[in-house]
Amino acid sequence: MFGFYIALAVFLVVAILLLIFRVSRLIGVVKGTGEVTSKSSNNFNAAMMIVFMVGFFGLAAWYSFGNFDAYDPPVASEHGELTDKLFWRTMWVTGIVFFITNVLLFYFSWKYRYSESRRALFYPHNNKLEYIWTGVPAIVLTWLVISGWMAWDGIMSEAPEDSEQIEIMGYQFAWSLRYGGMDNEVGDYDYRLIDAVNSHGQDFSDRSGFDDFQFRDLVVPKGKPVLLKIRARDVLHSVYIPHMRLKMDAVPGMPTQFWFVANKTTAEMRVEEGNPEFNYELACTEVCGRGHFSMKKTVTVLEPEEYEEWKAQQKSWLSKNPEYMTQVPDNLNELALVTSGINE
Amino acid sequence: MATATTEANIEVHAHEEHHEHHETFITKYIFSQDHKTIAKQFLISGIFWAMIGAAMSVVFRLQLGFPDADLGWLRPFLGKWIQVDGSLDPNFYLALVTMHGTIMVFFVLTAGLSGTFSNFLIPLQIGARDMASGFMNMLSYWFFFLSSVIMFISLFLETGPASGGWVVYPPLSALPQAMPGSGLGMTMWLVAMVFFIASSLLGGINYITTVINLRTKGMTFSRLPLTIWAFFLTAVIGVLAFPVLFAAALLLVFDRSFGTSFYLSEIYIGGEALSNVGGSPILYQHLFWFLGHPEVYIVLLPALGITSEIIATNSRKPIFGYKAMIISMMGITFLSFIVWAHHMFVSGLNPFLGSIFMFLTLIIAVPSAVKVFNYLTTLWKGNIVFTPAMLFSIGLVSVFISGGITGIFLGNSAIDIQLHDTYFVVAHFHLVMGAASAFGLLAGVYHWFPKMFGRMMDAKLGYIHFWLTFIGIYSVFFPMHYIGIAGFPRRYYSFTNFDAFSGFTDLNMFITVAAIATFVGQFIFLFNFFYSMYRGKKATANPWKSNTLEWTTPIEPEHGNWAGEIPHVYRWPYDYSKPGAEEDFIPQTVPFSETMESNLAHENDMIALEKEEMDEIVVNE
Repeated sequence: MFGFYIALAVFLVVAILLLIFRVSRLIGVVKGTGEVTSKSSNNFNAAMMIVFMVGFFGLAAWYSFGNFDAYDPPVASEHGELTDKLFWRTMWVTGIVFFITNVLLFYFSWKYRYSESRRALFYPHNNKLEYIWTGVPAIVLTWLVISGWMAWDGIMSEAPEDSEQIEIMGYQFAWSLRYGGMDNEVGDYDYRLIDAVNSHGQDFSDRSGFDDFQFRDLVVPKGKPVLLKIRARDVLHSVYIPHMRLKMDAVPGMPTQFWFVANKTTAEMRVEEGNPEFNYELACTEVCGRGHFSMKKTVTVLEPEEYEEWKAQQKSWLSKNPEYMTQVPDNLNELALVTSGINE
Repeated sequence: MATATTEANIEVHAHEEHHEHHETFITKYIFSQDHKTIAKQFLISGIFWAMIGAAMSVVFRLQLGFPDADLGWLRPFLGKWIQVDGSLDPNFYLALVTMHGTIMVFFVLTAGLSGTFSNFLIPLQIGARDMASGFMNMLSYWFFFLSSVIMFISLFLETGPASGGWVVYPPLSALPQAMPGSGLGMTMWLVAMVFFIASSLLGGINYITTVINLRTKGMTFSRLPLTIWAFFLTAVIGVLAFPVLFAAALLLVFDRSFGTSFYLSEIYIGGEALSNVGGSPILYQHLFWFLGHPEVYIVLLPALGITSEIIATNSRKPIFGYKAMIISMMGITFLSFIVWAHHMFVSGLNPFLGSIFMFLTLIIAVPSAVKVFNYLTTLWKGNIVFTPAMLFSIGLVSVFISGGITGIFLGNSAIDIQLHDTYFVVAHFHLVMGAASAFGLLAGVYHWFPKMFGRMMDAKLGYIHFWLTFIGIYSVFFPMHYIGIAGFPRRYYSFTNFDAFSGFTDLNMFITVAAIATFVGQFIFLFNFFYSMYRGKKATANPWKSNTLEWTTPIEPEHGNWAGEIPHVYRWPYDYSKPGAEEDFIPQTVPFSETMESNLAHENDMIALEKEEMDEIVVNE
């Protein structure tokens, strides 16, 4: 019944609008205004340009400055501070251009609205002007490119030797983490070895994997480089930690990586944000299917000492799943028993 | 003397025309080879798809703005895609997003824009009777129609249409077990795109050939209206880029159906390890974006061309920097082919390659900026008539600036790390390519409607339509910048899982309401369009007092466009408000010898040349 009323209301509104249209058109015919655009409507549209401009810039300024904290997420990594700086620098440069060009557009539209008494200026070209406004943007852009390139080069450089190695693997629809363990090296894998338990497909002929452990969350130390070794098991995913300004696709068959240094612990950020519940989060930003929007991992940043303590407590994956000892080659058997901590 | 011969010619021609044309309904309106009819076919199809694409966006905006709303009332349209609790199915959400993108980019802004205006205007503005090959032109439309039918049917499949995003990245799009949309829906998407590409190529080759070969006497390249330059360069881009998409699609078909491994490697899905090794999903991304980025300019350049023409006409001023505009467009054309990898900065691409592409990408901002400055200078000291077409053109310049500027952020690979695949990107490309091209399309329809249908569209409705759309577009896409800076990823069904993305429910609601209002506003246009087609005021020969050739044809041109001889061209198309001239416009067909009072010094020298040409004509006849 409710739907019927809505349909009726819509019908009536449309009917009234059509009627108004028809009447105004007939009036137009009777008045016989032959002009394509009447003077009054031309002036109305010109005035609307100014009204729009004032309204638009007013609202944009009000929201941009009034809600700054709401849309500017705090940053918690070293390279993130750099890219944020570049972001806001670009914002100022382009913001000024954006303002000036839009104001000129609307102002000219209003100022030079049609008048019978005037004639437009015949002004087909001016090479000097063209050179100036080709050259100036080129120079400004060069500056932006070079500062961006320098930042990019640093961020994408080889990870430092002493980085904490953590493997993160995306699959439909979650992330799974494998830590390098005591030797700080994540062991090899082979996707054909994946089964219900060995979800990473760890290859047990590689000795560096015996001490690897898995953990529910991404835990990283503050102030120390962390190398994320990123892979995907089924389709494309993308590792995204908004507060770390970190993003890298996870590609099946082509491991990728991203190294970063977190510079605020979760506890520090909780104080800064005034939110005792705060947690860093990791999300997926490459569409991967039905559950794309739910691929969340909690990221915990600890003080280096806390991190070492936590790491020492973790039990290797092999020690938790000793049945996989059968996959370890005979010559490495003893080593595996020791390094995995089964023989303790 | 010259006039006498022309008049005699008209009679002869009129006589001939009478005998030649025995057109049936089918050859005149359906399998027509008349470029004007084909243009209208593309336009109507484009409008049809635009309404479907826009309606889809309203549905997923409802989900984003009002995630808890009961959408049960949509069940008559969407059936089982509305879940038992009245919410939208997440798979179908992705299908909507995917089809919205595909439809808008390819079917509306490529076919609807280029198909309509390249077809309609190229012969009319260069002075040709029709396209180089009317038959190929007809095929172009009917391949597009076939493609449309296949894509349309795929919307009704039980497993849904393609759902992996409009870029359909494998492995997601290659593996039916990854999502339901990657089944038959994806197959149909690929088949439809193959026909679409064929259609684009047939059209593009025709546009290029026609512009090069069929220009009327005196219509040199340096006298071509900027519309034609834009359509010409667009066709060049399309002819070079679309075959690469064809290759990408073909390899995807092989991977999906014939067990090859071009894009697939080391995949474990659905409890089994697939045998594919050695392929690379990145290869697909390279191939896709090799078309995908030029595609942005395929939809944008025609809009910029249309705007150049409309702004000059309605400012009653020559376009400022005609040559600079052409050089800019050529620069954009060239650069559009060497920036594609900026879509892939964080795809695992070699970072050094990333630096190169950042550099190339930011260069493309220069010609774009030059175009904007030239538009502004054209308006400066003009005498501006606000027709609905002019309003949409000014709107285009505004959204082109606003959306173009955010490209400088995204083209910078260091900044792009954070912004990639967030709502910042959504805001950017919807303004700079979506809204800008759509405004160009609408401006073109308002401006050339009188030539298409011999009647005028209602101007007042046009004003209402413009202001609703302009305010609406900004209300929808400007707030998305904030959401993007806050880091919200795109293609998310819901944001409730994350604390980081829990804010902005108010802004999302606002965007949804604005989107609905903008969508409803388009019905004003639809009404105006179809009403004016039959009941609109009869058009005059040259309602906008424009210089270009199409306004020298009869009000409703027959197949062949000019009843008599094709007019000759003596000057460029932008002699508006020339000092000394009586009227504030001098059509391209007026020789310099008739405008002694307004000629510039070098133009007086042309008179001798004109005389020679005229004598030649008489001798030939």
